[in-house]
Amino acid sequence: MASYTVTHQKARAFYDTYERKAELQNQTHYCPGCGHGIVSKLLAQAIDELGVQDRTVLISPVGCSVFGYYYFDVGNVQVAHGRAPAVATAVKRSRPESIVIGYQGDGDLAAIGTAEIIHAANRGEPITVIFVNNGIYGMTGGQMAPTTLLGRKTATSPLGRDAMNEGFPLHVCEMLNSLEAPVYIERVALGNNKQIMHAAKVVKRAVENQVKGLGFSFVEVLSPCPTIWKMQPVEAQRFVRDEMAAVFGLCNFRDRTKEAQARPARAASPALEDLPRLLDLGNGSGEDAVAACPPQELDLRIKVAGFGGQGVLMLGEVLAEAGLDAGYEVSWLPSYGPEMRSGTSNCHVRLANHAIDSPLVSRPNVLLALNEPSLRKFLPAVEEGGLVLYNGSEIPGDCVRSDLRMVALPFTQLADELGATKVGNIVMLGALLEATGILEQGRVVGALKRLVHPRFFELDLAALARGRGEFRESASDDYLWGV
Amino acid sequence: MQKQLTKGNVAIVKAAVLAGCRAFYGYPITPASEIAEAAALYLPRAGGVFVQAESEVAAINMLYGAAAAGVRSMTASSGPGISLMQEGFSYLAGAELPCVIADIMRGGPGLGNIAPEQSDYNQIVKGGGHGNYRTLVVAPDSVQEMADLTTWAFDLADRYRNPVVVLADGFIGQMMEPVEFAARATLPAAPGWAVRGDAETRKNMVTSLYLEPDILERHVRKLEEKYKQAERNEVRFESWRTEDAEIVLVGYGIVGRILKAAVELARARGMAVGLLRPITLFPFPTQQIRELAKHAKAFAVVELSTGQLVDDVRLALEGRAPVEFFSRVGGNAPSAEDVLAFVEHTFPGSLPQPVAVRQEELIHG
Amino acid sequence: MAIIGKPDRGSVEMNAEECKGCGLCLEACPPKVLHLAEGLNRYGYHPAIYAGVGCTGCGICFFVCPEPGGIRVFRLDAVAAA
Ligand SMILES: Cc1ncc(C[n+]2csc(CCOP(=O)(O)OP(=O)(O)O)c2C)c(N)n1
Ligand code: SF4
Ligand code: SF4
Ligand code: SF4
Ligand SMILES: [Mg+2]
Repeated sequence: MASYTVTHQKARAFYDTYERKAELQNQTHYCPGCGHGIVSKLLAQAIDELGVQDRTVLISPVGCSVFGYYYFDVGNVQVAHGRAPAVATAVKRSRPESIVIGYQGDGDLAAIGTAEIIHAANRGEPITVIFVNNGIYGMTGGQMAPTTLLGRKTATSPLGRDAMNEGFPLHVCEMLNSLEAPVYIERVALGNNKQIMHAAKVVKRAVENQVKGLGFSFVEVLSPCPTIWKMQPVEAQRFVRDEMAAVFGLCNFRDRTKEAQARPARAASPALEDLPRLLDLGNGSGEDAVAACPPQELDLRIKVAGFGGQGVLMLGEVLAEAGLDAGYEVSWLPSYGPEMRSGTSNCHVRLANHAIDSPLVSRPNVLLALNEPSLRKFLPAVEEGGLVLYNGSEIPGDCVRSDLRMVALPFTQLADELGATKVGNIVMLGALLEATGILEQGRVVGALKRLVHPRFFELDLAALARGRGEFRESASDDYLWGV
Repeated sequence: MQKQLTKGNVAIVKAAVLAGCRAFYGYPITPASEIAEAAALYLPRAGGVFVQAESEVAAINMLYGAAAAGVRSMTASSGPGISLMQEGFSYLAGAELPCVIADIMRGGPGLGNIAPEQSDYNQIVKGGGHGNYRTLVVAPDSVQEMADLTTWAFDLADRYRNPVVVLADGFIGQMMEPVEFAARATLPAAPGWAVRGDAETRKNMVTSLYLEPDILERHVRKLEEKYKQAERNEVRFESWRTEDAEIVLVGYGIVGRILKAAVELARARGMAVGLLRPITLFPFPTQQIRELAKHAKAFAVVELSTGQLVDDVRLALEGRAPVEFFSRVGGNAPSAEDVLAFVEHTFPGSLPQPVAVRQEELIHG
Repeated sequence: MAIIGKPDRGSVEMNAEECKGCGLCLEACPPKVLHLAEGLNRYGYHPAIYAGVGCTGCGICFFVCPEPGGIRVFRLDAVAAA
C-alpha cells in the first residue's frame, strides 16, 4: 500500500472552528472566490512557518476583513476605519517583542487612512502591513475606492471613474517608495497560480523582516472581489491579472533588508525609586528650604506687565519661586493669549501667608509696569494704597494717582549701564524688594540661581543690587512699604 | 516630598509618570503643547514611549493601541484637536480601553483663539462621539489638582476600563503653583485582558464591534452599568462655606477659584454666599447640589462658556431652586469683583444679612 | 477506483462542509483532477471534489482556495514511491 503524508493543511494560526462567529463556524464570512480568504491563508501560513503565532498581534481594519479575530488564533485588535497604522505603531512600541501585522483594504488604507500609513512608513515603524487592493469598497457595497481603475463603474461612479472628476487610481507602493525609511515594499497579485505562489513568499518575507527586527515592510496585494465586480471567481482572477496588474505594476519596489540595521532595543527602564530624580523633582533650594510659614501677614497681588522680551514672565517667576522658598503660598499666571504675539505680556503673581483663592489678580496691590501702555492699562485696577513701579524717568502726568505709592525709575537704562538691556526686569525686582522688604536676599538669589542661565547669574546679581540702590536713593522714606 | 513650583501642563506629565504612565502620543496645540513637550522629555527617561503623531486622529488611535497592549498611556490637546479625537473616544469606550486624555480648553468655535474658555464641557462631558458611552471627567482647579487628579484619573481609567478626561482650561495649564507630588512612583502590572503579543495573552482580543443586536445590547448595558457604578461611587466636589449659604455659586476649574474669592468678598459684605465646585463633571454631583437646595434660596452658575454646566445644575435641581447664570467667553474671565456685582445685582434682597463672620477668614480673602 | 501500476504522487482531501464552490481550485489544478459536485452541500454550494486519480500533490489548489481548511494535500512518501 502506498502511504501519504500531509503537506498542506489549514494553518495552526487559524482557529479550528470560528467560535467568535455567530453561525457557520466552519466557514469564513468571505464570498466565494474572495481574495481576502487567500491573503489570510498566506498570512497564516507565514505565521506558522516563522513560528511566531504566540507573538503575533493582528490589527484588523474596517472593511470586509474586519473580522480577522474570528479566524486568527493570535492576539487581536480591531480598530477604527483607516487607523490601523497608528494603532500598530503603539502596539509595537508598547511591546517591541510582538510581531505586529496591520491588515487593511484600499478604502481603509488609501483613502481615509492615507495620513496614518504614510507617517507610520515614514517613521519606519518596524511592523508589517498587508494592503489588500481590490479596487472597491467591498464591505459597504461597491462604492468607488481611490484605487478603482479609470472607466470602472461603481455605486458612486455610475458613469465610470473619470480622471477629471474622480482623479486617478492611487499608487500606494510608489508613494511609499518615495520615503526614506521603509525597508521592504512590494506589490503582488492573486491573478494566477504563479502570482499566488509568489505572493506567499513575499508575505512571508514581510513578516520575517519584522522577526529580524528590521524596519517597515509593506505588501500590496491586487485581490479579486468577485461579488462586487459581478464576476465569476475565475473571471475575477483574470481581471486581476490582466486589468489591474496592467495599471498597478507588479514589482519589488524596495528591498533594503540587507542594509537595514535591526532596531536597537529600548534602554532598560529605570528603577521606580529613581523616577522622582529623573522627573527633576525635589531639586528646590535644598534642606534649608522651607521651614514653617513665615509669621508676617502677607497678601501680595502683583501684576507684572510690559512687552515681550522685557522679561515680564521671568520677573514674576523669580518672585513666585523665591516666595515659595520663603514659605509663602504662591501662584504665577501668565497671559499667553493672542496679545502675546502682538508683543505685550503680563503675569499675575500672588504671594500670601494663607491659601490663595484666585490666582487671577484683578485688584493688584503691586503693579510693575515695564512700559507706558501697561501702566495705562492696569493702573485703574490698582488697589488704593498699592505700589506702582514704572519703567521710565517719570510717571506721565495724567497717570499720577495720589492714593498710590508710585515710583518711576528708568530700569532699562540702568540695565543698559550694566551692559545688558535684558536685565531691566531684575533691576526692577531689586527695587521692588527694597521697597517692600518682602523677601530675604538669599531666597531671591537662590531662585535666580535655579531659573537663569549661569552665564547671566553674576549680571543678574549686579542688576538686583543696582535696583535696590537706585530705589534707596530715589525714594523718600515714606515710600517704603513694609508689610 | 518638597513642594515645587510647577506649571499645570508639566504637573500633569510628572504625575502621570509617577502613576505608571509609560506612553504619550500627541500633537501640539496651544495651550496644551507643554504637556507634549514635557512628555517628550520625561517619558523616555522613565523608559516609556513618546511619539509626536501626525494628527490628533492618529494620536488617539495610538492611545488605543498602547492601551490595548496594556500600557498606561495618555494624550493631551485642546478644542480643535479634541474634536478630531472624538471618534477615538467612542472606540476606546466601546472597546473598554483605559487611558487618560487632558483637554486644556481654549476659545472656540472653529479656530477661536488660544485664550482660556470652558466651552468643551458638552463635547467632553456629554460625549462628542457616537454611541452610548460616557467619558469620566475630572476638573482640576489648581496645579496641585492637575497632579492629584491625573494620578486618580489613571486609577479610574483602569478600574472602569474607560477613557478618563482631565478637563482643564488654559489658565490652569499655563499657571505655576507649588505642587507636592506623590512620594512614591507606581507601575501597575499590565491587566489580564491586554493583548501583549505573547503566549499568555494570545486568545485576548480588543474590539468595539458586536454584530448581533442582542450581543451589542448586552455590551451597551454593561457599559451603562459601569457608568451608574461610577455615579454611585466616584462623585467628587468641593463645598465651600455652603453650610449657611443662601446663595450657592457653582463653577468648576479656574472659575471655582474666582468664585472662592467672590464668596469672601460677598461674606465681607454680609451676604450668605457659598460655593459648590464639581471636581468630577461626570459623574456629576447631582445629589449634593440637590441637598444644598434644602437650605439655599438660589443658585448662580458661572462658567467660561455660554451655558453648558448650567444645564447639568438645572437638571440636578429639577426646579427646586432658581438658577441664575453668568458667563464670560472668548478668553475673558470674570473677576471676583465682577461676580460679586452680578450676585448683588441679581439677588438684591440678600444684602446685607446679619451673618456672623469669622475674623480671620476675612483677612485671608 | 482501482489503482493499477504506479500510485499517484499526491492526493487531496476536499472539505465539502467548508467549500463554497468558487471553482478556483478547479482552474488552478494543473492535471485538472478537481470538479464541482453535482449535488449541493448544506450551505447550497456545489462543493469541489477530487476525482480520486491523477493528483500530483503539487499543493497549488491549497494556496488558491480562499477557505482556510478547504483542502488538505498529501504527497506520496518517498519510500513507497521508490
Ligand atoms: C469613519 C467611517 N466612515 C465610513 C465607514 C463605512 N465603511 C466601512 S468599510 C468601508 C470601506 C471599506 O473598503 P476597503 O477598505 O476597500 O475594504 P474592502 O471591504 O474592500 O476589503 C467604509 C467606507 C466606517 N466604518 N467608518
Ligand atoms: S464583497 Fe468582495 S471583498 Fe468583500 S467578502 Fe465579498 S468578495 Fe470579498
Ligand atoms: S495538489 Fe495539485 S494536482 Fe493535486 S488536486 Fe491540488 S492542484 Fe491538483
Ligand atoms: S477553491 Fe476552495 S472553496 Fe473554491 S471550490 Fe475549491 S475547495 Fe471550494
Ligand atoms: Mg477594497
